[in-house]
Amino acid sequence: MIRNLIRYLRPLALRLVAIGAILGAIAGAFAFTAGWLTPSRLGPGQIVDSLEAHDGLHPGFRRAHAKGLCIEGQFQANGTGTALSRTALFAPGAVPVIGRLSTGGGDPYGADGRLVFHAMALSLGLPNSEQWRMALDDTPIFVVSTPRAFLDFQLATAPDPKTGKPDPARVAAFLSQHPETRAFMDWMRDAPLPSSFANGSYFSINAFRFTNDAGQTRSVRWSLVPEAPFEALDKDKLASLPANYLFDDFMARLRAGPLRWHMVVTVAQPGDPVANATRQWPADRERIDVGTLVIDRASVEENGPCRNITFDPLILPAGIAPSDDPLLAARSAVYAVSLARRDGEPASPSALSAHPQRRSAP
Amino acid sequence: MRPSVSQFHPGLRLLHWLMAALIVSMLFIGVGMVSTVSEARTWLVDLHKPLGILILCLVAIRLCIRLTRPVPALPADLPAWQAWAARASHLVLYVLMVAQPLVGWAMLSAGGYPVVLFGGLHLPALAPIDPLLFALLRRAHTLLGLLLFATILMHVGAALWHAWIRRDGVFRSMAPWRRARP
Repeated sequence: MIRNLIRYLRPLALRLVAIGAILGAIAGAFAFTAGWLTPSRLGPGQIVDSLEAHDGLHPGFRRAHAKGLCIEGQFQANGTGTALSRTALFAPGAVPVIGRLSTGGGDPYGADGRLVFHAMALSLGLPNSEQWRMALDDTPIFVVSTPRAFLDFQLATAPDPKTGKPDPARVAAFLSQHPETRAFMDWMRDAPLPSSFANGSYFSINAFRFTNDAGQTRSVRWSLVPEAPFEALDKDKLASLPANYLFDDFMARLRAGPLRWHMVVTVAQPGDPVANATRQWPADRERIDVGTLVIDRASVEENGPCRNITFDPLILPAGIAPSDDPLLAARSAVYAVSLARRDGEPASPSALSAHPQRRSAP
Repeated sequence: MRPSVSQFHPGLRLLHWLMAALIVSMLFIGVGMVSTVSEARTWLVDLHKPLGILILCLVAIRLCIRLTRPVPALPADLPAWQAWAARASHLVLYVLMVAQPLVGWAMLSAGGYPVVLFGGLHLPALAPIDPLLFALLRRAHTLLGLLLFATILMHVGAALWHAWIRRDGVFRSMAPWRRARP
């Protein structure tokens, strides 16, 4: 009788084990794909966490370039860009632009003289309902070349809780492994700092691929080059600059009239580094002026149109595609996490809104 | 009175297995693409959006057939709680198949992202650009995705229970092949 029971139960038990194994395998594969079994996989949340740890958590604000101002205007294409890309933006004509000027770092109340990175972000609305978004820095190169190095750089330069300053030993250890970051810092030390948002150039940092109507694809970078003549800030007096110096200066200039930049596309030659944002291209590369950015309005973020836009550099129109630069996917991923976090938080007034004179221009 | 049938409508069976493959792929693509900053994220996101819209279209067709055609009855000897669980889980699956693509689409709209499918086809915004709505829908999309995965896992377990333990014809009623006459 027991033998009969076993004969009956054994296949049943085997079938139950098989069902359990199938369900376990599916669940395991899912957990692996989600990264739950591999904590070493670098996800966007870790990078956003490192930014929050670096400059403190400021609810409702962007996790990087937290202090900023909305700008509006238009982009006027001159038509020459059609040789490079079939994007509808490059056909002669004007499209509306919403953008943002910002200083670096994650502290929305930091003084302008301390946050010495300047940045411009743009969202161009193309006639065929496409959008092109870009986030440009005032340096032609970036501080690191990979997402992992960016995380390590944030961790190495985070303020030590005891001193409030980065631990020099950790910074030195990072730099010894990252000569490209040392080169960037040397560049930052030697390059003059624009005295205004209005007279600085802004660079795409990463390379992209432009494809024209004939199907030719070229690797390019671009920059926005100001019409306003360059002047440099005295780097020795940065600490004594008024807290909102750069933003007040921009509002004042805008009240005097629109401000203009030329979009200049630089075309790579074979062999130029197109997947490494820490390396510049030779200075003699072909440069093509494809149109003019005209900014005629600005407003603080609370009532400005840029507050809810994430300037994800992978929101691209047809005719423009990402390069193999590993930073691009990471920027897109990290910006998305930053947007989801800040959008769910109550927003505080920006540093610029306290002063009525500063709320909008003209 | 509805005629009794032993198998689901062939169209439903086809859509069931096609959508099973698509939805399971989508769940893996979804958790994979948000877990990484690597270049894989870019093409996974580009795949996720059109697949979601495809699933939304297919579930609309499936609902039309499901609601107008007779479906096989559950075995009479099935314990009441199992019959209840079967009906409840099928309802949850249908609700999630409709809701998850809509939540994803509305989420992108609320976040100010353009919704672009293969070939540059732009879909209209399903919601206004709104920070709180985006944050809410972004969380909902994750939670509904995990709930959908858990429900599918239960569904697979129950299907195999019917096929291998109870051997009561429930699995064969959705089998892709034609049912052999007893």
